[in-house]
Amino acid sequence: MELNNPKAKRITWWQKNQIKISPWIFLAPGLIFFSIYVIAPIFVSIGISFYQWDGLSPSIYVGLQNYIELLDDEYFYISLWNNLKWLIFFMLAVPIGLGLAIFLNQIVFGIRLIKSLFFFPFVISQVVIGLIFTWFYQPNYGVIAPFLNFIGLEGFSILANENTATYGIIFAGLYPQIAYCLILYLTGLNNINPEQIEAGRMDGAKGFHLFWNIVLPQLRHATFLAIVVTVIGALRSFDMVAIMTQGGPYGYSNVLAYYMFEQALSEYGYRMGYGSAIATVLFTIMMFYILFFIYRMYRNEREDNN
Amino acid sequence: MKKVIISLIMMFGIISSTSFAGTLVINTDTSDAAPKEAFEYIIKKFEEENPDVTVKWNVFDHEGYKQSIRNFLNTDPPDVANWYAGNRMLPFVRAGLFEDVSDIWKDSGWVDGNLSENMEHAKKSMTIGGKQWGIPYTYYQWGVYYRKDLFTANGISVPKTWDDFVAACATLKAAGITPITIGSKYLWTTAGVFDYLNLRTNGYEFHMDLTLGKVPYTDPKVQAVFDKWDELVKPGYFLENHAALSWQEALTPMVNGEAAMYVMGNFAVAPLKEAGLRDSNLGFFQFPEITPGIPMAEEAPTDTVHIPSKAKNKTDAKRFLIFMSRADVQEEINKILGQLPINKNSSVKKGDPFLKAGLNMLNNAYAMAQFYDRDAPAQMASEGMKGFQEYMSNPDRRQKILERLEKVRQKVYK
Repeated sequence: MELNNPKAKRITWWQKNQIKISPWIFLAPGLIFFSIYVIAPIFVSIGISFYQWDGLSPSIYVGLQNYIELLDDEYFYISLWNNLKWLIFFMLAVPIGLGLAIFLNQIVFGIRLIKSLFFFPFVISQVVIGLIFTWFYQPNYGVIAPFLNFIGLEGFSILANENTATYGIIFAGLYPQIAYCLILYLTGLNNINPEQIEAGRMDGAKGFHLFWNIVLPQLRHATFLAIVVTVIGALRSFDMVAIMTQGGPYGYSNVLAYYMFEQALSEYGYRMGYGSAIATVLFTIMMFYILFFIYRMYRNEREDNN
Repeated sequence: MKKVIISLIMMFGIISSTSFAGTLVINTDTSDAAPKEAFEYIIKKFEEENPDVTVKWNVFDHEGYKQSIRNFLNTDPPDVANWYAGNRMLPFVRAGLFEDVSDIWKDSGWVDGNLSENMEHAKKSMTIGGKQWGIPYTYYQWGVYYRKDLFTANGISVPKTWDDFVAACATLKAAGITPITIGSKYLWTTAGVFDYLNLRTNGYEFHMDLTLGKVPYTDPKVQAVFDKWDELVKPGYFLENHAALSWQEALTPMVNGEAAMYVMGNFAVAPLKEAGLRDSNLGFFQFPEITPGIPMAEEAPTDTVHIPSKAKNKTDAKRFLIFMSRADVQEEINKILGQLPINKNSSVKKGDPFLKAGLNMLNNAYAMAQFYDRDAPAQMASEGMKGFQEYMSNPDRRQKILERLEKVRQKVYK
């Protein structure tokens, strides 16, 4: 073929390699910025975690000292434990989101309006949600005060109690997260193959059985995505904690992300090395999860292709 | 090439001539109404007195400033910046970012003479390593603000001794009133209570030794402070749920007549009055004596001005600092701020009973503490205040908390 083409002889290097090179050219801006703003800082901050540095004076190399201190730090364990609570209870957003999506996935008059009202929380800023829930929880005059009085907990403050503060924040965090999962599932439900459901019905599948064996498998991608964003949301929970309790009372609602901020950047912080050490631990935890996630995605895609 | 060199020379010429003409760059964190007005006034006055100086004034957001100052002192230093006394300025002094201004303290060159005499009581808090690093221009008192009408209704007179104070709390509690309100969400309010208990139980020297890390937190003298604190915490004399409230939110029960006292700084008076309290039902008293014979030291956090060591126009900056130290200038600033001047020759706004009481108290004070979080290094302060808050919610954890603070102390001050 090529020999018959008279132009083939004058093919330049560029024309020959165009197909190979052009994706890289298109990727370049993204790659460059990604490495400057994401990849490089990771290594820099891992580097800083071996130093003692207040951001002003020269930094002093202390080796693993920051990590050794971390192992002996009560507040670090509290934060770690709270992150775990976040991971577990934040997951409730997935089934609740799914339930609401199924409930909203019907065709009646005005459903668009109702749907948009349901995912409204996702549009509101986290800061606003945090603030409003803080007011809800206010002892004596908050919205839930009458309910607390009814069950005999008069004047009980959810956010001032070390045992309940974290759950109070997670509950507030669920509000937008459920909406997020709801959107994911609604789009997923749109793509469901009606023929399969029809076929299932003809074979006598009904109710929960139909849902579990025919609808849910088709929502696999939406579920996967919902779990991923929820886990990431739980691990990086920061804004809610900052707004609602600042990690209090006495550090009992802290999470790693906020504890890192407190140590490195808050008014009483400026322990850059120690903050970086916390960040590195958080990064490691996330890394394990992300690697697992990438591995699963890779495996799934291979299965899909086979 | 020649052209480039010439234009470069010209450029330098322009730069040096502009700075020669006297541009004074001032950075402040005075974003709130009163402080902003005070600085507006003072800068205008300075320019009138020094027509050869043009002031360029940058106002930063009050909270954001704590971050910005760390950047601009290095990268884009102004000629004057405001900050706080005590250990708060230590990181900047240690990093060599503040200029030594001991010479101004020795001889300010003004008619009312030597600064060290007029501001002797504030000199200690401006001194690090035997040198002074800035000029203080305002402070305010801490003490107990109380509802006069609630005291009268329950037959309580202003407590002078610890026993009176505890008895007053008991009477109020029995009458269904929360004796002391406090909002500890942002932690520092607890340090005010701790400081006063400590200053009254052990005295100023012990407060300094503790914040300078010279004594362990497990010391019997610290235990003694907590013994006194127990007398207030265990019977429930403090507002419940304080950990969920900011200091402003904790004012509400006091305004509503549900709480009677607040251990606070004078800045609480303005919001209390805005909420409807008057001089007739809002009062102030000095924190009562605990250990008899211990000289009464007070908390008086001080605001200061400094010259960054990388400043371009240090000559005019020094003039500004001297100007800020003058009795008449401090008088004017503090009239606008509603606070107290440091210079002993200044008088205060007439007709304000709180300022009058504060001035009286501070002029007779044995010494001024800056506040736990300004006297102690940041890390110690943050852990300490967390500990105080935890103690106030769980007084039975005292021993565990003090042991933890001792562990922190050994790390921070090594």
